[in-house]
Amino acid sequence: MAGAIWCVVEDDRKGTPKKVMSEVLGEAARLGGPVEAVWLTDKATDDGLKQLGAWGATKVWLLENAGLAPYRGETWVPPFAELVAKESPKAVLAPVTSRLRELMARLAAKLGVGLAADTVALAMNGDKLVATRPIYAGKLLSKVTWAKQPWLATLRPNVFKPAEAQAGKAASVERVSATIPSPQMKLVERREEASTGLPELTEAEIVISGGRGMKGPENYVILEEMGGVIGAAVGASRAAVDAGWRPHRFQIGQTGRTISPKLYLGFGVSGAIQHLAGMRTSKVIVAVNKDPEAPIFKIADYGIVADLFEVVPELTKEFKRLLEK
Amino acid sequence: MKILVAVKQVPDTATQVKISSDPKAIDTAGITWIVSPYDEFAIEEALRIKEKRGQGEVVAVTLGPDRAKETLRSALAMGCDRAIHVNDPALANADTMTTARALAAVVKQEAPQLVLCGRQAIDDDAGAVGAQLAEVLGWPCASWIMEETIDADAKTVRVGRQVEGGLEVFDIPLPAVLSAQKGLNEPRYPTLKGIMGAKKKEIKDVKASDLGLSSITPELSITALEALPARPPGRIIPGDVKDAVKELVRSLREDAKAI
Ligand SMILES: Cc1cc2nc3c(=O)[nH]c(=O)nc-3n(C[C@H](O)[C@H](O)[C@H](O)COP(=O)(O)OP(=O)(O)OC[C@H]3O[C@@H](n4cnc5c(N)ncnc54)[C@H](O)[C@@H]3O)c2cc1C
Ligand SMILES: Nc1ncnc2c1ncn2[C@@H]1O[C@H](COP(=O)(O)O)[C@@H](O)[C@H]1O
Repeated sequence: MAGAIWCVVEDDRKGTPKKVMSEVLGEAARLGGPVEAVWLTDKATDDGLKQLGAWGATKVWLLENAGLAPYRGETWVPPFAELVAKESPKAVLAPVTSRLRELMARLAAKLGVGLAADTVALAMNGDKLVATRPIYAGKLLSKVTWAKQPWLATLRPNVFKPAEAQAGKAASVERVSATIPSPQMKLVERREEASTGLPELTEAEIVISGGRGMKGPENYVILEEMGGVIGAAVGASRAAVDAGWRPHRFQIGQTGRTISPKLYLGFGVSGAIQHLAGMRTSKVIVAVNKDPEAPIFKIADYGIVADLFEVVPELTKEFKRLLEK
Repeated sequence: MKILVAVKQVPDTATQVKISSDPKAIDTAGITWIVSPYDEFAIEEALRIKEKRGQGEVVAVTLGPDRAKETLRSALAMGCDRAIHVNDPALANADTMTTARALAAVVKQEAPQLVLCGRQAIDDDAGAVGAQLAEVLGWPCASWIMEETIDADAKTVRVGRQVEGGLEVFDIPLPAVLSAQKGLNEPRYPTLKGIMGAKKKEIKDVKASDLGLSSITPELSITALEALPARPPGRIIPGDVKDAVKELVRSLREDAKAI
């Protein structure tokens, strides 16, 4: 409907919206709605559609077409832009994920409007939307506004308060029949990473990070063990990645991933500014380092000055005890 | 083949950035300026493509004030052949969309077969210009690439783009826009010879009017910059390891409700 706030659905590529959508839909409701979802996919499930309703979408615009997988800007942007032009939402919000980050940038260019990327707060000021986004590696915050509608923004995961699922609520589903352009980009293969069995770094509610203090690749098993107990992803500092101890996709920081978990636990990480750039919006920060002067203690909520190799096994044991109760 | 690399001058991450008396801008006094790190990956990749093919031209382009010329000098010292400086006060408050429009105008004039950008510029941290540029040009694009090979007759490029849980490999017809992720390569340092040679290479200055840009009103504007809200002071938990760990877990559970 004209004037609605649209939330672009990120899914697990198997027909289920990701949990981060509860955050985007929750924020859209807080901004006053009307809250609608737009779902481009090759496969949507009924449960997935129900889930969007439960999280507060009153309507789902569904573009379901085999040509939409895998994501390609050239196949997604034209039908999406057409729908925006026809329905005139006032805002289009999406979570920051690898494909939606690119999609939103291309969509903004196609529509000729501004994009506020990687926002951490949104607020209405009169009848204008104001977005807050970290800049300069998170050293400052910038408030931005748009010259015209629709306002396009991407939202950093784990920052916005999620909508509580309400089982009774349902969304009406409007299937959009769109022409999908034939793609120039041809998928050759998808190389899956060996699964660690732990959550994905950017989605995890708890992240454990190991730095140069881990001393070698073989020692990460103790962090993975802790991760298994508390359901955490295990990341690393650049020093550890550059040393070849961990693959690059696990790097946290300015040249790695930006994370914003409920709980960050750093072991043997000094807290260089570029590392902080990727994790300083974490809600609770714990640091274990044997150097009391390590800069990470300046932003940590809780710190233990000790040898991590003594702390980690104890901590895993305590977590086990707590969670098994 | 001709390759265009988009490079941006940004403050070194290690330098402090402070808000100036104008609340919409930073105080630039005392800032060390560098080439945005991801753009170095883009430059390096362009140079490698040229070296591998044994011919071609690498053109560096930046949009920025006078001081941004230093960034072009660095690109030339690394080995780029020539540079273009979009330097116009009218573009001083360019948002990513405006930047993309200006760069697209340069691309149209230069007609390269490939444009390389960084994954994001580490000042505005937007990660948008590459994709927006591709859209304005109507070209395909792949973001966050980790690997790249161009076929012998420079018709297509095979890229691996980083996505959650893996790498997606695509064949893309040229011309195209690619954005570089860390891991693509290890950028070279300029040699002394490179630095000396850079002084003789051409840097062309262009204005908005040379690019035929009519509307340069930004689509997104900064209304204010703010310092980060201070984090509540933290607590170092004293005692021997066993006790400290117990107290940490208790605090995480009961006070912080984080577990
Ligand atoms: C352009 C640029 C981009 C960068 N991007 C990133 C990035 O994305 N992410 C990133 O992390 N870094 C990045 N860096 C690097 C950054 O500056 C630091 O070098 C890096 O973060 C340091 O990693 P570290 O904390 O693991 O290592 P160190 O700084 O060496 O710290 C190791 C810490 O471990 C402690 N320690 C050692 N042994 C033990 C033990 N047994 N028990 C407890 N503590 C112990 C030490 O006291 C020390 O504090 C970047 C740098 C540049 C220039
Ligand atoms: N002012 C600029 N001049 C040249 N290239 C730029 C400029 N701004 C951004 N870029 C390019 O676009 C990429 C992404 O920038 P951004 O979207 O601002 O994070 C950068 O890594 C550069 O390659």
